[in-house]
Amino acid sequence: MKSNMADMVFEGLLRIADDNLILGHRTSEWCGHAPTLEEDLALPNIALDLIGHAQTLYCLACEINSRYKNEDQLAFLRLEHEYKNLLLVEQENGDFGNTVLRLFYFSTFMKYFWERVKIKCCFKKLKEFSEKAFLETSYHSKYASQWVVTLGDGTDESNLKMSNAIANLEPFLGELFNNDDFTEMCSQNDFLPEPTSIFDSWKNEVKAILQKGNLDFPDIILKKRGGRKGEHSEAFGYLLSDLQYMQRAYPNSSW
Amino acid sequence: MAKERKEKIASLEAFQEKIDRDEKIEPKDSMPEAYRKTLIRQIGQHAHSEVVGMLPEGNWITRAPTLRRKLSLLAKVQDEAGHGLYLYCAAETLGKSRMEMNQELLSGKAKYSSIFNYPTPTWADIGAIGWLVDGAAIMNQIPLCRCSYGPYARAMIRICKEESFHQRQGYEIMLTLARGTKAQKEMAQRALNRWWWPSVMMFGPSDADSPNTENSVKWKIKRYTNDELRQKFVDAIVPQAEKIGLTVPDKDLKWDKKRNNGQGGYAYGEINWDEFWRVVRGDGPMNNERISAKQKAWNEGSWVRAAAHAHALKKQTALQAAE
Repeated sequence: MKSNMADMVFEGLLRIADDNLILGHRTSEWCGHAPTLEEDLALPNIALDLIGHAQTLYCLACEINSRYKNEDQLAFLRLEHEYKNLLLVEQENGDFGNTVLRLFYFSTFMKYFWERVKIKCCFKKLKEFSEKAFLETSYHSKYASQWVVTLGDGTDESNLKMSNAIANLEPFLGELFNNDDFTEMCSQNDFLPEPTSIFDSWKNEVKAILQKGNLDFPDIILKKRGGRKGEHSEAFGYLLSDLQYMQRAYPNSSW
Repeated sequence: MAKERKEKIASLEAFQEKIDRDEKIEPKDSMPEAYRKTLIRQIGQHAHSEVVGMLPEGNWITRAPTLRRKLSLLAKVQDEAGHGLYLYCAAETLGKSRMEMNQELLSGKAKYSSIFNYPTPTWADIGAIGWLVDGAAIMNQIPLCRCSYGPYARAMIRICKEESFHQRQGYEIMLTLARGTKAQKEMAQRALNRWWWPSVMMFGPSDADSPNTENSVKWKIKRYTNDELRQKFVDAIVPQAEKIGLTVPDKDLKWDKKRNNGQGGYAYGEINWDEFWRVVRGDGPMNNERISAKQKAWNEGSWVRAAAHAHALKKQTALQAAE
């Protein structure tokens, strides 16, 4: 792979891997604290998938960039500004409604993302991985959509909480669909789909589900952004101190 | 009265004969009330232990040192939630609802394994729990695969397979730490020091002080006594500790050729039963924290469950209207 192509693939893999790792981390925080035992099973299960995706993607990234010797170095030993995840995924969980709504937004986006990678991607190993990733994110999207409808439709209280969650997450949605020079380059090289190309499919599906839950579709305009450039929220530092604790406290150890 | 008594004795005898023939008791079969109660208590406690057990380990998911370890730990706690689910189902076949069992857990009325009232301050505690706590659980649970009550026995077959995987995972964590840096080895030894005695206590009071054992053995709910299982556990773990260069924190531990009917086994020091009963009665290091965490999750999730209930009712009404 030529070096500018390799840089592009590395950065692209990192963006998706970081999104998955960080959302997986947040989702795993629910373990033992969910509203029902079924959810106590489902949420760690989804976290397992998300972090599993991150692991595969980091491994692929290490094959591209020899500066990183293994997936753990990428996951645990970068500085804050080197993580390229969306601001949406690093936000604190909030209540269960906020958690499932974010999962619904993200996994529906990823479902269409992987669907496109399955059809067209110049990086063969990612194309192969997209088969599995598509199936798993489709399941996450379905799981989360059922809760969005249930909570939206359930009681006045739950509808209000879901409306609050919609308002709470609204400022972070623009970044999900933000094209930049990098995403354009990825698309021109048939590596990754442009985020805007996913918008219509995503919007139709999200709108229909929100409607079923008597909820309003949010305005999607670019408000908060920076994650893709490594500019993160205050909450992210705390997340990293948790995530990186062992690797920082016991450097150069095998686990 | 005499006739009724005679019938009762005859039915108890018939039940015992069925057990003696190694036939399984199924949910709709008649069974003595004491058998039913013993099983509800035991399966309920087992289910609660799985659910509460998610907390000390869940405590390390976000801080697990590598992605591989994080994924294994996530898979493990997810297994535990699954075990809790099918154990509650097994208990429900005996006529007690999951809601009722859950309320008893949250109110403190129902017990769960005291081992989960100990803290997990370091990563090595995750290894120690897998190795020792799951190891002790397996000793207890393998005989339960042959328990006389069908649904419990069947649930245990799957649970044991998964627990045995967890135990190997835990031992492998300890092995890696023991072969690691000085700090890692010390972390592993300290975790073994913390978990050894509570794990030995997991088998419950010694046989002389275990009022439930006699009936449970007669009814083939239990196949071995607490002390028999404890001996098996010590005999299995001591060589494993030696193999990875860790020291079991018991100065009285020594080989005793008279144990196990002359086949030999490890003699171990005196168990601190005061500590055991103190933790059982609620005064362990983490009893309050564990129950408070479960209560908090339950209370904060009440709006979610209410919404799910309301949504299901609306769907049902709409369905009926359409018919």
